[in-house]
Formats: sequence, C-alpha cells, structure tokens
Amino acid sequence: MFIQLMNSLALGMNLFIIAVGLTLIFGVLRVINFAHGSFFMIGAYVLYSVVKRTGDTALGFWGGIVVAMLVLGFIAWLVERFLLRRLYDKEHLLQLVFTFALVLIVGDLVKIIWGPLQHSISYPPGFGGATDLGISRYPTYMLFLILSGPVIAVSLWLILEKTRWGRIIRAARLDRQMLSALGVNVKAVYSAVFVAGAMLAGLGGALAAPRLAVEPGMDALIIIDCFIVVIVGGLGSLWGSFFGAIILGVATIFGTLIFGEWEIVIVYILMVAVLLWRPWGLLGRIEEDRH
Amino acid sequence: MILNVENTSRSFSGFLALDNVNLQVAEGEMHALIGPNGAGKTTLFNVISGLISADTGTVSFKDRELSRMKPHQIVEVGIARSFQRVNVFPRNTAFENVQVAFIARNREHFKIFAAAYGKYTQEIMELLILVGMADDASTPAGELAHGKQKQLELAVALAANPALLLLDEPTAGMSIAETMSSIELIRDIVKGRNLTLLFTEHDMTVVFEIADRVSVLHHGQIIATGDGETVRNDPEVRRVYLGTEESES
Amino acid sequence: MRPRGGVQWTLFGLFLVALVPVVGERYYVDLTTQILIYALFALSLNILVGYCGNLSFGHAAFFAIGGYACVILTTTYEVTLIISLGLSVLISAVAAAAIGYVCVRLAAMHFAMLTLAFSMLVWSIAIKWTPVTGGDDGFVGATLPDLISNPVSFFYFALLIFSTGLILLRVICTSTFGRAMIAIRENETRATFMGMDVRKIRLQAFTIAGAFAGLAGALLGLYNRGMYPESAFWTESGQVLIMVLLGGMHSFIGPVLGAAALYILETMINQYTEYWQIVLGVILLGVVLIAPDGLAGLLSGFRKRKDDSVTGVDSE
Repeated sequence: MFIQLMNSLALGMNLFIIAVGLTLIFGVLRVINFAHGSFFMIGAYVLYSVVKRTGDTALGFWGGIVVAMLVLGFIAWLVERFLLRRLYDKEHLLQLVFTFALVLIVGDLVKIIWGPLQHSISYPPGFGGATDLGISRYPTYMLFLILSGPVIAVSLWLILEKTRWGRIIRAARLDRQMLSALGVNVKAVYSAVFVAGAMLAGLGGALAAPRLAVEPGMDALIIIDCFIVVIVGGLGSLWGSFFGAIILGVATIFGTLIFGEWEIVIVYILMVAVLLWRPWGLLGRIEEDRH
Repeated sequence: MILNVENTSRSFSGFLALDNVNLQVAEGEMHALIGPNGAGKTTLFNVISGLISADTGTVSFKDRELSRMKPHQIVEVGIARSFQRVNVFPRNTAFENVQVAFIARNREHFKIFAAAYGKYTQEIMELLILVGMADDASTPAGELAHGKQKQLELAVALAANPALLLLDEPTAGMSIAETMSSIELIRDIVKGRNLTLLFTEHDMTVVFEIADRVSVLHHGQIIATGDGETVRNDPEVRRVYLGTEESES
Repeated sequence: MRPRGGVQWTLFGLFLVALVPVVGERYYVDLTTQILIYALFALSLNILVGYCGNLSFGHAAFFAIGGYACVILTTTYEVTLIISLGLSVLISAVAAAAIGYVCVRLAAMHFAMLTLAFSMLVWSIAIKWTPVTGGDDGFVGATLPDLISNPVSFFYFALLIFSTGLILLRVICTSTFGRAMIAIRENETRATFMGMDVRKIRLQAFTIAGAFAGLAGALLGLYNRGMYPESAFWTESGQVLIMVLLGGMHSFIGPVLGAAALYILETMINQYTEYWQIVLGVILLGVVLIAPDGLAGLLSGFRKRKDDSVTGVDSE
C-alpha cells in the first residue's frame, strides 16, 4: 500500500514536470502544444545519447539532463522565433495543426537519428538501490523523482510570484495588449515562456528515461497523460497541474490495482467526471477564451 | 409600464456598477438613459438584455420577469438590442446579416432542410430600404462605412420584431450630419411602428431633441428621471454635469 | 449570394470518380474507396470546424463508434447491412448528442480539449472491452453481403453512400440552420441577441457531424472487414483535421479535396521514402504559414481574389 502510494507520487511528479510546461505555454501563449510530447521524447533521447558516450557516470547522467534541456531550449527558440510567432493571432485550428505538424516531423526525425528500436538507460550511479524509509524500503531514484516535483513547483511558483519576470508573465496572461503598451517586449516574453516550457518537457523526458523504454511513439501517449493532467487541474494553472498530476498518478496506480486492465478506462471516466463537475478543471478559471 | 427595473444592483469584483437602480419605461415612449462615462449605462443594458445577471433586484417586461431568462429568450419576448461597439457579421453581406435575424425571429435556425437561399428577400429589402441601405445589400458588412454599419445594426434589431428597442449609443462615431439624419430615422421608425425605445446617447442635443423622458445615471444610481426640461433643471444633474462650478456657487 | 455552378461541377466530379473502376486498376479502386470514406469523415468534421467554428479534436470518437457498431451488428448479431448502417449512424448520433451536451458548454480550446478527452475515453473502451470490440487486436473478420464483397462493387457502394452524404450535408449547410451556424461562427454574441439559442445550435451541429462521421466509420469498418482501436486514437482526429485544413475549411467541398490530397501525397511519397510523416509535417507547416485557406482557397484565389468563399456562405 505504501509502495503503491509512493509509486503514484513518483509517476505523478514526473508527469507534473512535463505537464507544467504545457500549462505554462497555454497560460501565456494560448496555444495547446501537441508537440510537447515530442519535446519530452527528444529529452529522453538526448539523455540516452549522452549517457551512451560517457558511460554510466554521474556526470554523464546529470550532465546529459542539462544537455537535453539546452537542446530543447534551442529547438524551442528556433520554432517560436521563426514559425510559431506568425500564428498567435490566427485561428486556433492553424496553431493546432502547426504543433501537430511538429509531432509528425519529430516522430520521423527521431526514427531517422536514433533508429526504430527501443533503448534503455540505467539509473544514475548512487540512485540504483533502495532507501530505507522506516516503513519500507523504496527505490532511491523514484524517491528522487517524488522530491523533484515539489522542488520544481515551488521554484516556478517563486519565480512567478516574486520576480519581475514572473510579474510580467502573469500580466501577459491577463492582457497582452496592455503589457505591450507599457513598453514590455511581449515577443521576448512569449519566446522565453515557450523555451522554458520546452525545457521543462525535456527535463521531464530525461528524468523519466530510466523508468521507461526510450522508443518512438512514447510522445503520443505522454501527451495524452499531460492533457489529462492539465484538463483535470485547469488549463494554465500551476498548482492545478500539480494536483492534477498527483490525481492521475494515484488513479493510474490504484486503478490498476483495483480494476486491472480497465484502469485506463477508469482514468478517462474520472477525467470526464471532474469536467462535468467543474468544466474548467479543479483550479482553472472560468473564462471566455473565444476571441 | 412596459419595462420595469426594480432595486437592481450589480458589482464587479467590489466595484458597484449598478447601485439599486429603479427605472420605468412606459409603452410607446422614447426614453433616453444618459450619464457620464462609466456611469453604468451599458451595464444596465446588459442586465436588461440578459448578457449579465444582476446581483439583486428584478427586471420585468410586460409583467414578465426577465432575470431568470437567457438572452435569446429575452429576444423572443420582444426586446432587441444594438451594441455600442459595432457588432455585425463582418464577412457576411448586409443582406445576409438581416436574413439571419429573420431566420432567428421565425425560429428557423434549427431547420436543416429549409433552404436559406433567397429566403425573406422581400422583407429584408424592405428593411434595408427603410434604413437607407438598399444599395449596400450585397456589400460585406465589414466593408461598410461606420455609419452604415450602425444602420445595419438597427435593421438587424428591427428584424427581430421587438416591442422594445434597446439602442446603445446609436450615433456613436457618426458625423453631425449623419447623427441628425440617423436620429430622425430612428424617431420615424419608433413612432411609425409603435415601438418603445430605450437608448443611451452622448450627444445631448439629440437626447433633448427626441427623448420623451430622460433618466440620468451616475455612479450606478439613477439620480433623476423626467422630461427634458425637468432633468435639465435638476440641481443634482447640474452638479454632476457641471461639476465644481455649480457647487461653488 | 447566388450559389455558383458548384452543383454541376460536383456532379461532374462524381461522374469522373465513378469511371475509376472502368479505367483504373484494382489499386486505384482501393485508393479511391479510401479517399471517399475519409472525404465523408472530413466533410462531417467541417460542419463543426468550418461552419460552426467549433474546433473538435475528438471527432474520431464517432468515426470509431460508427465503425464498431456496424461491424459488430453485421457480424456478431448478423443484422442486415442496411439496418446495420442505419443503426450505426443512429448510435453515433446518440453518442454525439450525449457527449456534445457536455462539450458545447465550453468554448474554443477548452472545447477542443474536452472533445479530445471523450475520444480517448472511447479509444480506451475500444481497446479494453475485448469480448465485444476485439480489444487491442481490433475486431477482425467482419462479414459482408455478397453484393458488395468484391472491390469494384464495394467501390460503387461507397460512392453511393458518399454521394448521399455529400448531398445531405450540402442541403444542411445551405439551410437556415446552416446560416445560423455561420452566424455563430462569425459572432456568437450577435447571434444570441438575434434570439438564437447558441448552445442548442452547436449541439445540433455536433450531433449531425457525429452522425455523418459514424456513417463514414461504418463504411471503413465494412471496407476493412474489421475495426481497429487506432481509429479512435487522437492522431486519427488530428489526421482528419489536417484533411479539413489542407482542403480549406471555408469551403464546402474543401475537405474532400483535402482527403484526396492527403491520400495521394501519401501514396506518392511512400514510393520514395518510408518517412512520409516528416514530409507531411513540412507540407503542413507550409500550408499553415503560407496558404491557411487550403487547396480550395488557392483555387478560388486563382478565380477571384477575396471572393465570397471567405464568408463560407455560398462557396461551392
């Protein structure tokens, strides 16, 4: 039971790191980024490449995570600066198909670069074993995943609440025209948010790599999990995706325990139930996002 | 009284936009609602037409309570409105704009096998001629001059066959000449069709020219109601409009 | 405002398509059949996206529901083909009405996400309800009446269903209800204050779109002699949106062109490379950034710049 609870949290916190990037991008740019799962996948693959070259060293693993984030930051910057930027004031359909096109491109590129086969990454040195938590022993890496979630959540929250950048980002969510009138470089804000969101996806992908198989197609499933998290939590809400991720983690692990293979159906029913009760998600704000 | 607004209040995150408003509009009259910017005129229109709900109070029309009705139901009982900022279907022609209004009025917007082409041509052209837009029928609404778009809005509102017309700044953005001809048109239509009119207007010449009665809204409160003369001489109104000058004397 | 000579061109187009089995090999017959099925699916989605302005990202749900319903009815319950088809459409419509009832409360991206969520619910049921749907492996071995069991006769059967769907959808789009949908797309507030119950109209559009998607799905099930859960997966909803966009959503016939373009491109590119998706992705980027009105937009652009297809009212 305790193990299951911990597993739920580990899964949930990993999902949170990925989903929070998605929600951040939506909150500011008003774009649903289907390529977020692709960013996640790139993160995992980049880490794999780095670790393959360096061997199973601590530096290789942690350095690889940094490299993964930097690569994604750069890719996201290119995408935002030269392509996505032209679509902000266009129809939602165009934005949606744009990000979907990225999914297709990245999906094939990954196959071209890394091949169609499955790869795996071992836990970083020092994290392979289990830690005695008093009640039970628990895998150290999973424990690290559980702790990473709140750390990221609180850091993001501090950045959003306490820094000048955070204030600008929060203002951009409310009224981009006003912000522009106040002399803020809104374009740069959007760029930065998209890059930050993609880096979070890359971080999430790299951190997830040791617990999953790194393979083509991992993007299509994770993106749906992210959508569930942000829909349940409320699109655009930081803490919404935090709690949404925990709920999905618990529903997945305990759903499997109780309902067996029907778990996946239960997860979707749960999501629909939340939306019937609160159409804008648990912490989402009621808003008319039609323009 | 055809329209009866009683003790209606509405606040937006602490700001009291309507403060215990009472407003009666008699059948057949042309009633102007005036007041400085931000006085709550548009909010009151939005409450009457059901776009937003009031926190307290009641709004009734021909003795029917409106507060629980959805906007489209309020249109059905006979209240049509225009908007302060032009609100048309910009990519559709003037003809099509009015046609949709006729379709809605005749409850045909759910009919999937009733061909729309050519429907209500005669009625639509009559209305367009009435508002002086016969030549603009096939122009996309978004390409019409501002004044014409306002006229189109009037035609669209009339197509709903209302008993009460709510016009929010019908002459906003018009030149003086346009304003005068437009206001005469509105008067002719309202009187000719036995409609009741409640309108907001910034141009006081227009207000005192055509309104049977005037209500003054200030900080969300009705501070005076009466015919033009009474309102013009009301000390409270003078203080609000003329400000310090009056209070010093 | 007059509908231009679209009717003649459409009939001519259908006539040309009917000639495919006469002049073409089996391969082209199959390709055209698939295009017809997906064209109908894309047309149904365009009711929502192009006409009503509601971006659904879960339209595959009704495609799959129709498909599963049809193959299960004809095979498991041995219901006659015509009745199965009718029931599949009905079941899809009922599902769409139920799901739509919840979804139309939301606007724009929230609506898109919620439809996506429901389609994934349908997908998850399709892969787990093994006794009925065949689960992960899909429902295989559907039986077909002899009359349509060879590729050419099936082709004409598909063409008949497609043409019927096309005409019905055309009638619906040019009806007073069609005008109401466009009004909502253009300006929801104004439509409301004309006395329209916007939610009900959106729900009706959603239901109709679901019904026709179900019809297309039923055809696919019969064509493949089986149904697979991938048909409900979100990428399938993405693919049909691509067809709508490629063809042009502000045109009635656009989605048909889009479906044809997508299939023909795929066939052509697959001859050169196995990485068809990357090519498609690049093409899509081009369309989105350069020609957002799709093929129909390009075509009408040649005829007349800024013609009335922009209004979406009466373009062919």
